[in-house]
Amino acid sequence: MQTEKYLIRKTSLEKLFNNLIGNGKTVYAPKAKGKVTLFEKVQAFSEINDDYIVTTNSAKSVVFPRVEKVFSYKKTKEKTVIIDAANDVFPDVVVWGTRPCDAAAFIPLTDTFNGDFPDVIYNKRLEKVYLLSFSCSKCDEYCFCTSVNGGPGNTAGSDILFTKLSTGDYLAEVVTEKGKLLVSENSTLFETAPDESKEQNLANVKVVFSKDEIQSKLKSIFENPVWDEKSRACLGCGSCVFVCPVCSCFDLQDEVHGSNGTRLRCWDSCGFGLFTLHTSGHNPRATQGARWRQRIMHKFLYMPDKIKVAGCVGCGRCSRSCPANINILDTVTSL
Amino acid sequence: MNSNIYVPYLMRIEKITQEAPGVKTFRLKFENEQEAEDFGFKAGQFGEYSIAGVGESTFCIASSPTRKGYIECTFRQTGKVTSALASAEEGDVVGFRGPYGNTFPIDDWKGKNLLFIAGGIALPPMRCVIWNCLDLRENFKDFTIIYGAKSVEDLVYKHELKEWDERPDVKLVTTVDPGGQTSDWKGEIGFVPSVVEKVAPNAENTIAIVCGPPIMIKFTLPVLEKLGFTDENIFTTLENRMKCGFGKCGRCNVGEKYVCLDGPVFTNAQLKELPAEY
Amino acid sequence: MNELIKKAASLLESGAVKVVIGYGKGSTDRTQAIFITKVEDCNQLIFDSRCIQNLAVYLTKAEIKRMGKPAIMAPLPVLRSIVQLAAENQLSDESLVVLGVSPESNLVEFESLAAIESYLQEHKIEIDEKYRKIIEEIKSKPVSERFQYWVKELEPCFKCYACRAACPLCYCTRCTVESNQPQWIPVASHQLGNLEWHVMRAMHLAGRCTDCEACYHACPMGIPLHLLNKSLLQDVEENFGSYGPSLNKANSLSSFNPDDKESFIR
Repeated sequence: MQTEKYLIRKTSLEKLFNNLIGNGKTVYAPKAKGKVTLFEKVQAFSEINDDYIVTTNSAKSVVFPRVEKVFSYKKTKEKTVIIDAANDVFPDVVVWGTRPCDAAAFIPLTDTFNGDFPDVIYNKRLEKVYLLSFSCSKCDEYCFCTSVNGGPGNTAGSDILFTKLSTGDYLAEVVTEKGKLLVSENSTLFETAPDESKEQNLANVKVVFSKDEIQSKLKSIFENPVWDEKSRACLGCGSCVFVCPVCSCFDLQDEVHGSNGTRLRCWDSCGFGLFTLHTSGHNPRATQGARWRQRIMHKFLYMPDKIKVAGCVGCGRCSRSCPANINILDTVTSL
Repeated sequence: MNSNIYVPYLMRIEKITQEAPGVKTFRLKFENEQEAEDFGFKAGQFGEYSIAGVGESTFCIASSPTRKGYIECTFRQTGKVTSALASAEEGDVVGFRGPYGNTFPIDDWKGKNLLFIAGGIALPPMRCVIWNCLDLRENFKDFTIIYGAKSVEDLVYKHELKEWDERPDVKLVTTVDPGGQTSDWKGEIGFVPSVVEKVAPNAENTIAIVCGPPIMIKFTLPVLEKLGFTDENIFTTLENRMKCGFGKCGRCNVGEKYVCLDGPVFTNAQLKELPAEY
Repeated sequence: MNELIKKAASLLESGAVKVVIGYGKGSTDRTQAIFITKVEDCNQLIFDSRCIQNLAVYLTKAEIKRMGKPAIMAPLPVLRSIVQLAAENQLSDESLVVLGVSPESNLVEFESLAAIESYLQEHKIEIDEKYRKIIEEIKSKPVSERFQYWVKELEPCFKCYACRAACPLCYCTRCTVESNQPQWIPVASHQLGNLEWHVMRAMHLAGRCTDCEACYHACPMGIPLHLLNKSLLQDVEENFGSYGPSLNKANSLSSFNPDDKESFIR
């Protein structure tokens, strides 16, 4: 679909939000909570915090929630009955306030959950998700979207991308059929496209490395002290993995309630020490250095080699959230 | 087959065989006739076996795909799920997700000699391909099986070992670790790698399939290389920690490969290209 | 600070220690733990109000222990953790050199862990007034409201275990949550799973926690989980007397004293 451009006035933007709520859509938007800004369900436009570079958590929960019931069951001595969660109905969800990096992350994420074994539940959720992204007018040193084929005004992955113009009104770029549907449901709010260009309103995100160079460098750097050196301070928690909009490793856990129960898919992290532990006690990635290497390799070599898209969108959340202040850029640029 | 990839087939345990201390074999039948009919798999593939409420565990499918109507798995009781499975009785319901993984390229082996080397609890993945090949015996030339375990007690598929031994078209060499023999033990005594060296099978036009604990593989591969086996003709299976079985949970990711998608069957040549994270 | 850098350098040079664990420059305006093995790198050591990470957590980390005997920069919170770790047999006098850092950024040298303990007597654990007020406020509410407060506060938790990873006293090689026979705490980060995790961790730390607040600073979602630890700290003090890390006095909850108040037995 050819991207359509419109002008949406500041006041109309709020009206759009209210219409979405009024139409029964569940809306997640950035909400300030003490020292963090999180994507949370909101009811009123006033709840939205628009003063953030990126939210602390990512928007992936709308398609890949941290706890997902994959099926439930009822068990008797004679038989077990499975109740398939893929038959559940998922609501329309609007994520208001994703950044271009967040939206771009849905591309590798969706690829992971499809392939030869499409995840029906993920796809059903994705069908109902509308991403209304906002371009970045500012960035900080943690951002590096431009080094991984991203950009502060990129439309990839979004349904509609809003860019604030000098007038205070917004350029709206409608990228997908879903976006077009939203526009048609709110057509009075979308006016003729403005003349002002998008580019002058975007943040200047410096390119700090070449994705292709890193990709080829990583092929020959498996055994190297850099992995142990850069991960010495790593505490082995799951912060970086869980705030990352692309990371998708998971665990499957059964929970029992009497003779009924559920099988849940829960977030997991390749940085946890027990992630690859064999029953025999052998652990192929026994040191934090090996696990750190896996993270970098997977994102910057294995994924781009396989699906042509890096497993990193340069949002910098991992480095911002790391309790030990380990910065992924520091490792990547030092290779 | 349910479109929800997380939902297992429901199976009923038809027969339980105690193979060795802590090791059992289950023969499983599909609860649903249609699913039984539609189901097919190839040698080398594995599945996720589960007890609802407890969890899932990864084992190969130990029966041959040439035998319809049931599948078998063999497992050792080691943790939470295998303990729950070990307490299950004939008639109980077990979940099975699969078949996952790649397969042994049996069609490529037509007209060649086959050498199977297995250790301990690694005979199950081999058993599948052994029976598959025996059911197509006329396609292959020499058929040698070298199998060892810690002790006589620990040998699995004892009744089948006897069957294979009695076949004139199969050469079977069994061995136990020194100290594991009983007074009436007639087989070899020694670790599998040294027995392989002793038997010295001919490498020409021969495919070697090796399955066993990492330490056995570590010492067997050099013996095979010395005998002249090429990397493309040595097959093995990787036994990484796996959970989902379909390349999404991340556990079995080694280099660019997922053991559950691109494996578990790998040639030695392919293994050498992988980072040593298995 | 210069004194500290000189001391660290001389320890490395003489081979008395193999690594110096300290604070160095991190990303943007944050600090990061650095592990110095070369004498000339000691200049990278810094100390200011941004240095809030508790470095003692690295003393029990396998990859760091393998580097050899460490010297560690230790402002007050780190000193407390060091003595507590020693009290729990995780460290001994011979296993490390402590480079104390006073609140004025001056080097404080200690000849022994016992000397650190005496020093800590002058700097006892005291819960800040603002936290006392918050805890009092929460405690003044009926149980159901308190429960709802925690359900709401813990809602963003996705069980990354950063709180555990940053806590110097969470050094168990197999944490309770990593047991699945039985699965004591559900893995999933739903309401029950989150509550059980945080309550269990607070209980395991009761009588041991030295109020360093590393858990709170580590939490990527900004959850005030340290309130649980501080509240239990108050409870332990009320019931068993004041406590602080001590090499000869056993943890309040790991020992029995005939004088124990036992006010909780009704």
